Amino acid sequence: MKHVDLLIIGGGPSGLAAAKMAAESGVSSLIIERDTKVGGQLVKQTHMFFGSEKQYAKTRGINIAEILINDCKEHDDKISYMTETTVVGLYPDYVVTVMDRNHKYSKIKANTILVATGASEKVLAFENNDLPGIYGAGAVQTLMNVHGVLPGQDVVMVGSGNIGLIVSYQLMQAGVNVKRVIEAASVIGGYKVHASKLKRLGVEITTNMTVKSAQGNGALESIVVQKLDDDWQFIPGTEEEISVDALCISVGLSPLSNLLSMVGCEMKYVSALGGNVPVIDHSHETTVPNIFVAGDVCGVEEASSAIVEGYYVGLIIGNRLGKTHPHYERLIQDFTQQLDNLRSGPFGEKTRSGLAQLRGEQHA
Amino acid sequence: MLKTTGVPDKALILTRFPDDVILGKPKAITECYEPIPCNPCETSCPFEAITVGEDINTPPKVDFDKCTGCGICVYNCPGLAIIVAQLKNDKAYFKIPYEFIPMPEVGETVHAINRAGEIIGEAKIEKVTLRKKQDKTALIDVSTNTELIHEFVTIRRMR
Ligand SMILES: Cc1cc2nc3c(=O)[nH]c(=O)nc-3n(C[C@H](O)[C@H](O)[C@H](O)COP(=O)(O)OP(=O)(O)OC[C@H]3O[C@@H](n4cnc5c(N)ncnc54)[C@H](O)[C@@H]3O)c2cc1C
Ligand code: SF4
Ligand code: SF4
Repeated sequence: MKHVDLLIIGGGPSGLAAAKMAAESGVSSLIIERDTKVGGQLVKQTHMFFGSEKQYAKTRGINIAEILINDCKEHDDKISYMTETTVVGLYPDYVVTVMDRNHKYSKIKANTILVATGASEKVLAFENNDLPGIYGAGAVQTLMNVHGVLPGQDVVMVGSGNIGLIVSYQLMQAGVNVKRVIEAASVIGGYKVHASKLKRLGVEITTNMTVKSAQGNGALESIVVQKLDDDWQFIPGTEEEISVDALCISVGLSPLSNLLSMVGCEMKYVSALGGNVPVIDHSHETTVPNIFVAGDVCGVEEASSAIVEGYYVGLIIGNRLGKTHPHYERLIQDFTQQLDNLRSGPFGEKTRSGLAQLRGEQHA
Repeated sequence: MLKTTGVPDKALILTRFPDDVILGKPKAITECYEPIPCNPCETSCPFEAITVGEDINTPPKVDFDKCTGCGICVYNCPGLAIIVAQLKNDKAYFKIPYEFIPMPEVGETVHAINRAGEIIGEAKIEKVTLRKKQDKTALIDVSTNTELIHEFVTIRRMR
């Protein structure tokens, strides 16, 4: 059986960042990625990112992926990859089962494991929500920005979080008519700068509204939307039919944490963090020793914080394996400060309270 | 209402504009009202005219004495939330970010658009700049009527 020092499950921004810091500390790692290439969600983000320069702000997501990948290339002797390979099992004896591109199964043993699997999109229940033409926002981004394929001509976006707003803007850039963005809550969820940018293009944003049903003969032809009161109850008589050939759903993400449940990590449902997340300590170690987490899998946030968390955990794992980074103390302090700073505003409130809930339980 | 429609109120917009005398020179207008973790405007300005400060969630503030209206922050802002405005020779001049193709051409007449996305008049393209360091966000110089100084925010091509 193959045996590695550090096994990283998921080659998104947090996994890549961790591999880099571990390598700088002197630890070899193996990144397992189910996609054809590493980069995670970043490879489909064509817009400039927020944050500060330390987290590559104002750089387009796809270029941030390139920076992280190139950083890892500088440590070719220490970082290896298995792409188109999915981790299907994680066991208490630190063995993972993987399925490769030829559907062959094999086992790998590791001294430490970092689970950096990210998050998956939530679905929305409504009549006929399985009609062709109804997509998740992530799928639309992949279609458009990775494969150059348009999802349709007339689109309605459900959800006004940052992803919904950004993907709507990207649809407009691609020449698709975004008829409306609807939001069930009474206020826009994402950054207002994104909303204003979209509004300037003439896209209507309607709050207190959701999709009630979809219609179409074999494929989506129209949807019915309806107003909601502040308790999220339908207001009778406010139904409105909109003809669309694509509907894009962007109602949040939930952590892809099932491998952690499988290995017996203590889990907790924290809605502020997106769903079921592992209980972790300040070093991002789960309740199973030597199994660590970073990025969206332990709380849905942004790429900026996923990268910093990755760096942070990479250092910690190096230290755990007896290989301390030459600038360990300084970097740990720097990354901790960056994370606090990113989370200090009103948009970080969810993460702050979520983490407090998670940690409160652990110290109880 | 910014929170429900994405359109800032007039009073809010005016908090970001200096008076018309100061606008005789081009000045950056930062339409970033909400505390979000972001600061490229501050770090990209070569004249240290924009301050976000220690807490990265603080909205930006422009020092109009220092701002030269160069437009560098305009294409460095990931929120596309900055424009440069000026009143000169009985016209209003703007520098705006633009991320659509095909690009407008110099001399072209385009629609002037307000913050609600409505057509409010005509504008003329004065200059189109897209250097490599701008990373695909073009900087467009455009002129329109002075009455639109607090209304204009972007352009839309005709046809
Ligand atoms: C649709 C969408 C749009 C987004 N838009 C923005 C945005 O505009 N701005 C922004 O800042 N953030 C955005 N985000 C959030 C940002 O991309 C994430 O916060 C960030 O990518 C999280 O990094 P990560 O490394 O934790 O996870 P990911 O980037 O999700 O990477 C996880 C990786 O793990 C792999 N993986 C998962 N399970 C397995 C397994 N069992 N075996 C092997 N590999 C596995 C996945 O294929 C993926 O490559 C978006 C997220 C999504 C989903
Ligand atoms: S226009 Fe130029 S000088 Fe003025 S704030 Fe922006 S970058 Fe600084
Ligand atoms: S760069 Fe733009 S979005 Fe970011 S803080 Fe400055 S003005 Fe706001």
